[in-house]
Amino acid sequence: MARVTKKPVTRTRRQTVHTKKIQRPARRVVVLVATRKGAWLFHGDAARKVWRVNGPHFLGHIINHLVLDPRDGRTLLAATKSGHLGPSIFRSTDRGRTWKEAAQPPAFAKVPEGEKGRAVDHTFWLTPCHANEPNAWYAGTSPQGLFRSDDGGDTWAPFSCINDDPQYREWMGSVQDGTPDGPKMHSIIVDPRDPAHLYFAMSGGGVHESVDGGQHFTPIVKGMEVVGGFDPANITFHDPHCVRLCPSNPDRLYQQNHCGIYRLDRPSIEWVRIGRNMPKRVGDIGFPMVVHPRDAETAWVFPMDGQSVWPRTSPEGKPAVFVTRNGGKRWQRLDNGMPESQAWWTVKRQAMTADARDPVGLYFGTTSGELWMSRDEGQRWICIARNLPEIYAVEAAELR
Amino acid sequence: MKVMIPSPLISYTKTQEVKAAGATLAELLIDLDRQYPGLRFRVIDEQGQMRAHMRFFINREQVFNLAHPLRSNDTVYLVQALSGG
Repeated sequence: MARVTKKPVTRTRRQTVHTKKIQRPARRVVVLVATRKGAWLFHGDAARKVWRVNGPHFLGHIINHLVLDPRDGRTLLAATKSGHLGPSIFRSTDRGRTWKEAAQPPAFAKVPEGEKGRAVDHTFWLTPCHANEPNAWYAGTSPQGLFRSDDGGDTWAPFSCINDDPQYREWMGSVQDGTPDGPKMHSIIVDPRDPAHLYFAMSGGGVHESVDGGQHFTPIVKGMEVVGGFDPANITFHDPHCVRLCPSNPDRLYQQNHCGIYRLDRPSIEWVRIGRNMPKRVGDIGFPMVVHPRDAETAWVFPMDGQSVWPRTSPEGKPAVFVTRNGGKRWQRLDNGMPESQAWWTVKRQAMTADARDPVGLYFGTTSGELWMSRDEGQRWICIARNLPEIYAVEAAELR
Repeated sequence: MKVMIPSPLISYTKTQEVKAAGATLAELLIDLDRQYPGLRFRVIDEQGQMRAHMRFFINREQVFNLAHPLRSNDTVYLVQALSGG
């Protein structure tokens, strides 16, 4: 287990004097951990070897997502609820020292008297909008709904074209069709070349694209498989678990789905099941999907057991990350440092991520409360925290 | 009238006992939200329904109707009702 300190690590004067050239202070990685009972921030040193823990924030609150705004490097948004209370969004502009609640959290439109309307149970996913749209954010909720804020997360407006559209409501299904704690709108993606080009996915209801800033959306499910016996032409049967766009090639997306791992190269609209190339004993079922920040050929997955009753734990109790370095043609097992047996881990769809350093740091959190990382793109893994509550989401960011 | 606040909501009111006005429970919650912005949405959803684990008592009687009338000498209790780990 890596060393975790309670105080920041400081450079000594002597170390500074012996530096040969003037260097800007390296940006430090912060790992944002959202759990069922609060949130924690793990601040790394320059080498990502020593981690200073900060937290808990919102102790006892359910935090589904905690995201740092990459446009200013200091604003945090947290999607919260508690066992008793309705959902909310909290915002910090001082790296988590203080938090302010949203004046108008995501909420569905009120329906006329006598009709049964939907109520947001929790906000599940937060995505900062395009770099040219400061203070704008997207949110995905459970039950599935899409929302946008243009004031830094203080007030949120629903996308009626999704949330109230009869066709989309049919594709979403009911709460009974969803994941155990509610169907999720997730993987809200903004094309870095075009703020009007968006994607989102629904845990029940497929992957969708908009080219007009969210006024209209179209499903993209061709090539995606569904559970045996069901019609893949029916959008509602498609269960994407996590979709990621490659920053170095925004025409390429990777997807971890209920039925395999896929790649999509635009302008094609047909997903290719690259998970067929995974070892048969392991399979290609899982929840998270992670892409390399600079190499669109490289992606990582965390396979889980999707046989019989869907244990959703590491196959055979032997956890491993798998990497492809050639767009999914071949996969390599990366488990150096992980337990060799009897480790029945579950990693949720938001609980695995990468930083932007070179070599890339990888991070994942388990539902048993362990936080793991690799400083070398998965070659060697270390545990940097144990005994946290059930981990729901892990994000890596760089503070300014 | 007197309103007793459960611990999950004290981050809004800073105290367990507050004063609020209203001819009905619905109006009382609007007044509470005016005084303590954000409080109402944590206990009443966007469709005007009581959230699953919040309960409302007027004096010693549990009420389920937001239109329930109130008198100025009533005491209203907002109660959390949640079990499990």
